[in-house]
Amino acid sequence: MPPPGKPIFGGLPERHPGAFDGELLAFADELRGEGVAVGTSEILDSFAALEHVAWSDSSAFREALATTIAKSQEDRRVFELVFERFFFRAVEAQAVRMEVSEPQARFGSSEELDLDELRRQIARALADGSESDLRDLARLAIAAFGKGEGSGVLGVDVQRIRRALGLRTEPQPDLPEDDPRRDGIARDQLRKFEQQLRRELERELIERTAALPPKRPLSDLDRALPSGPVQDLAAVHRVVTQLKRRLATQGRELRGHTRHAHVDVRATMRASLQTGGVPVELRYRPVRPRRPEIYVLCDVSTSVTSASTFFLSVLHALHDSFRKLRSFVFIERISEVTDVFERERDFRAAAAAVSRDAGVADVSGYTDYGRVWTEFLTLIGDELHRRATVIVLGDARTNGRPPREDVFAQIAARAGRTFWLNPEPRLYWNYGDSVIAAYERHCQAFECWRTDQLEDFVKALTKPVVA
Amino acid sequence: MADRADREAGHDHAGEQSEMSRDGSDERHRGNPIVAGMTDAPNTVEQVADGLRSVGYLPGESTSLVAFLATKLGKPVLVEGPAGVGKTELAKALSRYLGRRLVRLQCYEGLDEAKALYEWNYRKQLLRIQTEADGAGWDAVQDDIFGEEFLLERPLMTAIVSPEPVVLLIDEIDKTDQEFEAMLLELLSDFQISIPELGRIEARTHPVVLLTSNNSRELTEALKRRCLYLWLDYPDIEHELEIVRLHCPELSETLARKLVEVVQFVRELDLKKPPSIAESIDWARALLLLGAEEIDGRTFRETMSVIVKHRTDLDTVAERVGVRLAPAQPQAHLGTRPAA
Repeated sequence: MPPPGKPIFGGLPERHPGAFDGELLAFADELRGEGVAVGTSEILDSFAALEHVAWSDSSAFREALATTIAKSQEDRRVFELVFERFFFRAVEAQAVRMEVSEPQARFGSSEELDLDELRRQIARALADGSESDLRDLARLAIAAFGKGEGSGVLGVDVQRIRRALGLRTEPQPDLPEDDPRRDGIARDQLRKFEQQLRRELERELIERTAALPPKRPLSDLDRALPSGPVQDLAAVHRVVTQLKRRLATQGRELRGHTRHAHVDVRATMRASLQTGGVPVELRYRPVRPRRPEIYVLCDVSTSVTSASTFFLSVLHALHDSFRKLRSFVFIERISEVTDVFERERDFRAAAAAVSRDAGVADVSGYTDYGRVWTEFLTLIGDELHRRATVIVLGDARTNGRPPREDVFAQIAARAGRTFWLNPEPRLYWNYGDSVIAAYERHCQAFECWRTDQLEDFVKALTKPVVA
Repeated sequence: MADRADREAGHDHAGEQSEMSRDGSDERHRGNPIVAGMTDAPNTVEQVADGLRSVGYLPGESTSLVAFLATKLGKPVLVEGPAGVGKTELAKALSRYLGRRLVRLQCYEGLDEAKALYEWNYRKQLLRIQTEADGAGWDAVQDDIFGEEFLLERPLMTAIVSPEPVVLLIDEIDKTDQEFEAMLLELLSDFQISIPELGRIEARTHPVVLLTSNNSRELTEALKRRCLYLWLDYPDIEHELEIVRLHCPELSETLARKLVEVVQFVRELDLKKPPSIAESIDWARALLLLGAEEIDGRTFRETMSVIVKHRTDLDTVAERVGVRLAPAQPQAHLGTRPAA
């Protein structure tokens, strides 16, 4: 049985077999654990909705839950993942408890299978998009190719079986004319099949060991920033538009909160003159959104280049929230790229332009932080002032060169605020040649490899202040 | 799909009703409800799906389920999705199917209570005061001029006081400001409106409420909590084909399929404004008018401005789609048009 999550409202009710309300509460609790805001009213709604749909229809059941619980597209995505995981595990837990197992020899032993025929069948089912067969075929494929040498890691087994089946997304022109694999398999079809494979393998594992493996939290990578060079551009733009929207709404909320917070003494005194020096009327300081002057320094060496370009395009897409924005890229030396991003609205074109024109790699192509700080300081050290914000994006891996944190400290001292964004998970900080600790003393360091982290950072950056 | 004649009949019938509902916001119709066309509350999801189909709207699976739950639970539905996937159309179809009047509130920036809820008809109030200026005491006049007689109903109010149930469509709620959203909360959870001078006005019947949003800003949690959520996305190939065929039955099957395939491909590109369902239908109509028999490179170049509406998008699409389509046939493919 899955362990009950953290107690809600005095703990979960007892979960005895056959009682569904407990299961549903546990499900809601698991959703909360993944960051979906599920309130009591949502749960009540979902109970009300479930009274009206047939539970035997799995899609109606799922939709009824989704429409009452997941109130945005993002939540819906998390909902799907959690739903899959939760009910798969609930069914398996029940099966283990009742000692039910799937009949093994349903398709005969693997010797009787014509392997080539099986390959073709699976490919055809994928090409036709017939989902009902997919599960059976996945089981068949496991029976044929997955026996014996299980590696113990599901992902590895899935890929091994996929390779054995000869399923690829790219066309394979050397195959015969009528083979559906010739033109390549659609990517999402293949993903669906892999999901089925993984599921069936997991089921087998549970049957063998008669116990549920520990629950995996939804991989953070499901929500990771684009990192590969060939990234889904639409995803990038989605993040940007979302950020823009959030920024546009947050100012209003915050203005509401901090209204009347700070008394403007001078204005109050002035106003009190009318009433003979008695401060009858209080005057408050106006709240203004912060429009910082921003200097961005981005590492574009191969390890972090796509994160940098992504970050720069996000900032430039948001440029109207800032008073002034100048961006620089560096590897061994620095180079200003403000123009590139003002001209190029397209992420891909900007990335190409940066790698082509910037000319920042001198000899080795390895980042030289020490030199970068010195160059930056001589170039625009005089322009830095209290209202300027310096943002550095990089993994702080010096490749053994001197980090020169003293020069960095000078920059940080001149600028009003200094932020460091590290596209590596915090776990890897200060391992190997990462010297982020040396810089962290002089600035605020953020971990920034997921969209929500980026969002948090941009919020912190543009947070309104009482002037 | 139901057979053709049947659908036509359903459509015509529905047409009349929507005519009625269009000028229905007028007081005249309040007295004679459209009971004749009123459908009983549906009992199963399938009934809703069939009903929506019969009035010319092809719902996806979750759409009919959410519509069904909305009628059953009496909760408002928040419909989100890209522009042109049929959010507003869903409300119209629901009103046709349920035989209820559609009351529509189009939101925009700066929309306030006076435009959405009610307003005092102050000219009439003034006249009243003038005619009674001599004699009547203040109390009598005050009781008089803050009566329902002097109230101008706006859409939300209309929906609440209507004696027969209505479908209330609050369109593009994301265009209003947060203050307006907060004002809606009372209406959405309790279906009542408080007017200081008159007291609380409760709904006599339970309206079906749909709110649509283009996602141009985040809605407040409080509003979302009171609603069922429905995300309408671009349909898959088969579904869209069905929709196009429904709206342009004269278009040949093969051409329609080709058209939908191209549109789906164009949607995959990184465009400023991907073509919506409305645009596929427009394109289908354009092809019909031109008498095109095949979508080849040239036809596409000539007509693509129907589905792509940004200068930069035009270039991208021309480049990417052009290579996928067969080059123009030598014989005149646009039969009715002289070669340009």
